[in-house]
Amino acid sequence: MIANRRWILPTLYILFLMLPIYSLVSMSFKTTNEILGGFSLFPKNFTLENYVTIFTDPTWYIGYINSLIYVLLNTAISITVALPAAYAFSRYRFMGDKHLFFWLLTNRMAPAAVFALPFFQLYSAVGLFDTHLAVALAHCLFNIPLMVWILEGFMSGVPKELDETAFLDGYSFWRFFIRIFIPTIAAGIGVAMFFSFMYSWVELLLAKTLTSVDAKPIAAIMTRTASTSGYELGLLAAAGSLTLIPGTFVIYFVRHHIAKGFAMGRV
Amino acid sequence: MNKTLNQKAWWLVLPVLILVAFNAFIPLMTVVNYSVQETFGNNKFFWEGLRWYEDVLASERFHASFIRQLYFTATILLIEVPLGIAVALSMPRSGPWVSVCLVLMALPLLIPWNVVGAMWNIYALPDIGLLGYTLNSLGFDYNFTQQPVAAWITTVAMDVWHWTSLVVLLSYAGLCSIPEAYYQAARIDGASKWAIFRYVQLPKMKHVLTIAILLRFMDSFMIYTEPFVLTGGGPGNTTTFLSIDLVKIALGQFDLGPAGAMSIIYFMVVLLICWVFYTIMMRNED
Repeated sequence: MIANRRWILPTLYILFLMLPIYSLVSMSFKTTNEILGGFSLFPKNFTLENYVTIFTDPTWYIGYINSLIYVLLNTAISITVALPAAYAFSRYRFMGDKHLFFWLLTNRMAPAAVFALPFFQLYSAVGLFDTHLAVALAHCLFNIPLMVWILEGFMSGVPKELDETAFLDGYSFWRFFIRIFIPTIAAGIGVAMFFSFMYSWVELLLAKTLTSVDAKPIAAIMTRTASTSGYELGLLAAAGSLTLIPGTFVIYFVRHHIAKGFAMGRV
Repeated sequence: MNKTLNQKAWWLVLPVLILVAFNAFIPLMTVVNYSVQETFGNNKFFWEGLRWYEDVLASERFHASFIRQLYFTATILLIEVPLGIAVALSMPRSGPWVSVCLVLMALPLLIPWNVVGAMWNIYALPDIGLLGYTLNSLGFDYNFTQQPVAAWITTVAMDVWHWTSLVVLLSYAGLCSIPEAYYQAARIDGASKWAIFRYVQLPKMKHVLTIAILLRFMDSFMIYTEPFVLTGGGPGNTTTFLSIDLVKIALGQFDLGPAGAMSIIYFMVVLLICWVFYTIMMRNED
């Protein structure tokens, strides 16, 4: 049977993906001395000390809370404004619509490195520096265009008759939008939120530039620790391993939506 | 779909417009402002006209990092796109393994970029990392912190590790949208595996693949955090890509003028290539 050999490539690929992750997680259960002492596949003296440090030291665990706050805030803002805009692009023609759509996409193309310094000045000027809101708003730069792009694809897949019937039945625009339209494209919203969560959670350059103490993301706390207290590899590995958890949760919850959603929408 | 002409739709777009414009216009104008002036500190600026643009366009350093960037982007696209399609084609279409595959494959996409860099740094260290140790035990002389070629290969491997799954997910979605009837028809015609791929699967994947390539192009062209954490741009300048070079000039040396000019040129290049892609994509759709 030829079909039986099909599992080889995905298996090898997944193995290739898992090896670095395994090596990070296994390192997080070692002490820094053991790590520096030489290579070993499994921890010899299994320790949870690194994790204990992270969960008991506020300067560590506050980073996770900060990151989660601005990521969720960003996803909430993005989806709220992107939904009506995507609807407008998918249903109506209006002056400058095509140009506007491309202009939105160009913001997805702006290298974050280009904007780091001006962002710092802008958000300092409006008094938002070092707040979760600043990072959440800054991440809108690339997340809103992406969301509009994805959602527009999904919405164009929904027949226009749905809207027309609802309006004939006497639904007001917003009531139709919230009660009927949003549930119809739930899979698309799932996919859009997945991408927005993903890009906001993994971004570091802007998040680091816009925060100093109160809203510092976990990723930035990791780089700081690496430079001040020597190179605490065990601790860093544990902190890194913990950053995998929110992502895993999100993928697990949207896994059906992703396959279905992609197939349905234009993305 | 035929759309209705409705100027009131502007109201629905307005919030997005305001938010993105706030984030895009003001910083972009700041950069433009820097790019035409010289500063010696104390917030005093002097008009320089287009001098910085001429300087940057003529500078060897910019050419070098630009070419490095092009090589890198071309390399990862040439590896990630075929590999991603191949993995997507051989993935199961239904059953419990689909979820397992999707979750495991999407995992690298959700790791913060500096953690990706740090993870690969530790993974590839010759004395204590799994990859580096194994390679050296097998008799390869491998040390990415000192050998330019090894650093280059490690950076490419990291990007392939990090982003191929995006191509897989998108291609897989494209494949899932092909009705079973298409395959049956192809089987009745006695089509070979290659013919099925070429005339049934590839056309259906065309749209998602364009998006995948566009996203991979943009993101790899702007790559900063991962190579910065992995190699710091070294050894020498081997892995100093455009963004890393830009940050070195802007924040390291605080040469705001040249950095501003470089930013604008950089942005224009990305914009131009994406515009070409976008136009082709939209034309295919009509």
